[in-house]
Amino acid sequence: MALYNLNINGKTQQVDVDPNTPMLWVLRDHLDLVGTKFGCGIAQCGACTIHMDGNAMRSCQLPVSSVGDSKITTIEGLSESGDHPVQQAWMEHDVPQCGYCQAGQIMSAAALLAQNPNPSDTDIDNAMNGNLCRCGTYTRIKAAIKTASQNL
Amino acid sequence: MSNLNTNLDRRSFLKVSALAGGGMMLSFSWLAGCKPSTKEELLAMPKEWFELNNYIKIGENGAVTLYSPNPEFGSNVKTSMPMILAEELDTDWKNVFVEQADFYPERFDRQFTGGSQGIRQGWKPLRTAGATARAMLVAAAAQTWNVPASEITTSAGILEHKGSGKKAHYGEVASLAATLEVPEEVQLKDVNTFTIIGNSKRNVDGQKIVTGKPLFGIDHKVEGMKYAAIVHPPAFGMKLKSFDKSSVSGMPGVLDVFPINVFKEDYDRNFFDTTTFPEILAIVGNSTWEVMQAKKSLAVEWENAPETSFSMAGFGGRPSTQVKVPAGLENTVAHKARMAEYIQKNGTVVRRDGNPEEGFKKAAKVIERTYTVPFLAHNTMEPVNCFADVKGDKAVIYGPTQAPDFIRNTIASSLGMPKENVQINLARMGGGFGIRAYSHHMVEAALISQKIQAPVKMVYSREDDMTYGIYRPTYSATYRAALDENNNLLAFHVKAGGIPESPLHANRFPAGAIDNYLAESWDIPSNITIGAFRAPRSNFIAGAEQSFLDELAEAMGKDPIEFRLELLKRAETNPVGENNDYVPKRYASVLELVRDKSNWNSPQANVSRGVSAYFCHNSYVAEVVDTVIKDNQPVVEAVYAAVDCGIVVNPDAARNMGEGAIVDGLGNAFFGEMAFENGAPTKTNFDKYRMIRHKEAPKKIEVHFVDNGEDPTGLGEPLFPPVFAALANSLYKATGKRYYEQPFAPQLEMQNLKM
Ligand code: FES
Ligand code: FES
Repeated sequence: MALYNLNINGKTQQVDVDPNTPMLWVLRDHLDLVGTKFGCGIAQCGACTIHMDGNAMRSCQLPVSSVGDSKITTIEGLSESGDHPVQQAWMEHDVPQCGYCQAGQIMSAAALLAQNPNPSDTDIDNAMNGNLCRCGTYTRIKAAIKTASQNL
Repeated sequence: MSNLNTNLDRRSFLKVSALAGGGMMLSFSWLAGCKPSTKEELLAMPKEWFELNNYIKIGENGAVTLYSPNPEFGSNVKTSMPMILAEELDTDWKNVFVEQADFYPERFDRQFTGGSQGIRQGWKPLRTAGATARAMLVAAAAQTWNVPASEITTSAGILEHKGSGKKAHYGEVASLAATLEVPEEVQLKDVNTFTIIGNSKRNVDGQKIVTGKPLFGIDHKVEGMKYAAIVHPPAFGMKLKSFDKSSVSGMPGVLDVFPINVFKEDYDRNFFDTTTFPEILAIVGNSTWEVMQAKKSLAVEWENAPETSFSMAGFGGRPSTQVKVPAGLENTVAHKARMAEYIQKNGTVVRRDGNPEEGFKKAAKVIERTYTVPFLAHNTMEPVNCFADVKGDKAVIYGPTQAPDFIRNTIASSLGMPKENVQINLARMGGGFGIRAYSHHMVEAALISQKIQAPVKMVYSREDDMTYGIYRPTYSATYRAALDENNNLLAFHVKAGGIPESPLHANRFPAGAIDNYLAESWDIPSNITIGAFRAPRSNFIAGAEQSFLDELAEAMGKDPIEFRLELLKRAETNPVGENNDYVPKRYASVLELVRDKSNWNSPQANVSRGVSAYFCHNSYVAEVVDTVIKDNQPVVEAVYAAVDCGIVVNPDAARNMGEGAIVDGLGNAFFGEMAFENGAPTKTNFDKYRMIRHKEAPKKIEVHFVDNGEDPTGLGEPLFPPVFAALANSLYKATGKRYYEQPFAPQLEMQNLKM
């Protein structure tokens, strides 16, 4: 066990956990930030996507010990009141079906748009290919990213 | 109305809360003093609620709470079922709060999500509940204003008596309404006057989903809760021999390890009690990560399981049967060999019209094709999990289930308490697709909680989930058609089977359209567990049948849509045999609609098109898939679907689900496959089990609905089965090769195409 001071959604949070604990479980079990989802545990589904210093990361493969003072953003911290352009576009296109994968999708999309505000279809394909949606909302996800891109 | 009593228990209408409110009568309307509210003005939470029936509460300020009875797994019932209530209640949707009902069989009928029946079977009860509440509000206003109820109109939550100019919102008379007799009969709206049904409403959980609020079973947490992981046998046909607790006892955060037995010895299982491993190990600890680490270190010995048998109730109240679970470690190579043997043997004749043997004898040409598909894992994005808190003789369960009613008895029996003491609360599910009708995980979590006497959340790893079984079975079907020298169809023969069940629907199209028709069935027992998977059986047989019809149309020199329409015309005007399980006219209408919407008759150069149609879950669907070969890679450019599911309650959400079913179908057609070696699933996570991803999704999907005003039928499943053949038929046009075996990707790769 070790103490970590983590910068999460703009706040410093202290946890006392095993250094190998993935950020996914630190967030979910220790900090009650359950918006970040567990899907596979092996960086294959994207359900656990968060931002570390603005980059999309799979938190299930990110040991807490490697985070240091990087800025972590989770779905809960993406916007103050749920009005990030990506979140708004998701609502407008009514993207979710079951909704389980969508926090990860939104975090991947938001990271993409932060770096590339006008992505091509291929850019979107590449950025979003790591996020599985078992319900098959991919066409809406793409449409919503395009809408968000216009409203940035 | 005769259906009033089917859903509404009259005794439970009179609620203490409502009576306590008394017969307060308001003659002053806030409407009198203020302008009609603008669109964006939402009502605040009221101070008091008045319960009009089990589904509907109205606040003194006119706000409305609607209880959504069925579990939500992504099919939008939590939005669309309340829309039906709101329509007949005649309230303003913007003033509606939706709450997920707990499992409460005394209050709600059929809290089951499956078989695409939620809207179909909820239609009348929900309309009746809404209309009844509206009638009580009207009666309350009539009493208050001393005018005849028949002269009062309602609109968007406002009552009005034109003659006297009196107006009130529902909240003003709700307390009185809640004390009134429930009317014996209610008038339902004319479907042409609907204002909410048919107008798309956004997902009521949308805001919570996009902001990451806790909604799912896996998100649940209470004070003092422990975490549990499980270890189940690594293969079908194996069971626990022994384990060594000391192998993990020193590990951080690990509290206990013990075996649990899902069923009491003599328990008579119900149909949805499918449980692959009746005995599993539970590891309990302080956090998910810690118990998952312990899983890896736990020393366990497994042994081969003997043949077992148990009694299980039949589906839908059919009599119990003795289910035999064979011993042995099965593998896919052997499965294929056994299926090949069965294809050669006679099956059980399920339907025979005319003289099919004679037809084949006379044939100038016989076309015979065999189609096969592998087992499939459901792979819901949210892995199996459940929260349970068992204290003394009471249990509270919260987790993903499509079918709480089927598991409550089992939980009660395993815990040794009356079923009334088991409370099941319904979590939003991260996908279902059928597998969450089998809620063994609820029993497991409950037993773990009972043993440790603390609340617990049990979470399967993805590997536990993917290798647990309850798969879509492997199937095979052989189709034969006899043609005379002029390519007239003389006879048709289907022989279909699977491990461990047959996919045959003998009375579905083209039965009824062909004079000489034979359908045979076979099955091979197995210890690999199976369960409902989006459109069970149809999800295979549609693809086989509709691929074969495409090939047949080609051999007969006919357009594939024309060919199907000709058969349907025959089935409509002069049907063969009895019990034909479809309405030919409705079937034809979706083919005509998809022909129109896809511009079937003006094909584009370089675009390869395939068509397919199917009827299941009371709905008709036709689909056209367009593929192109781009950079040596098959790309699905567009999919057009035409659907007849009667009235569509929430059109945009319905399209969303249709799009999802199409993507799901394409994914499973290209990639879906579970295989076995020595009883063990060969794929344990998404690195090996290929799922359709963003890049492979179609560039465009159009879902069109037939507008016929019929009562609604199923939607979650029917768009799935036709995809397989529409894709196969389209790929044939693109590559010149027919695809008889799923998944298609390996065969496309053998043709040097990139997948
Ligand atoms: S849970 Fe991290 S990628 Fe799947
Ligand atoms: S919405 Fe269900 S997995 Fe994406």
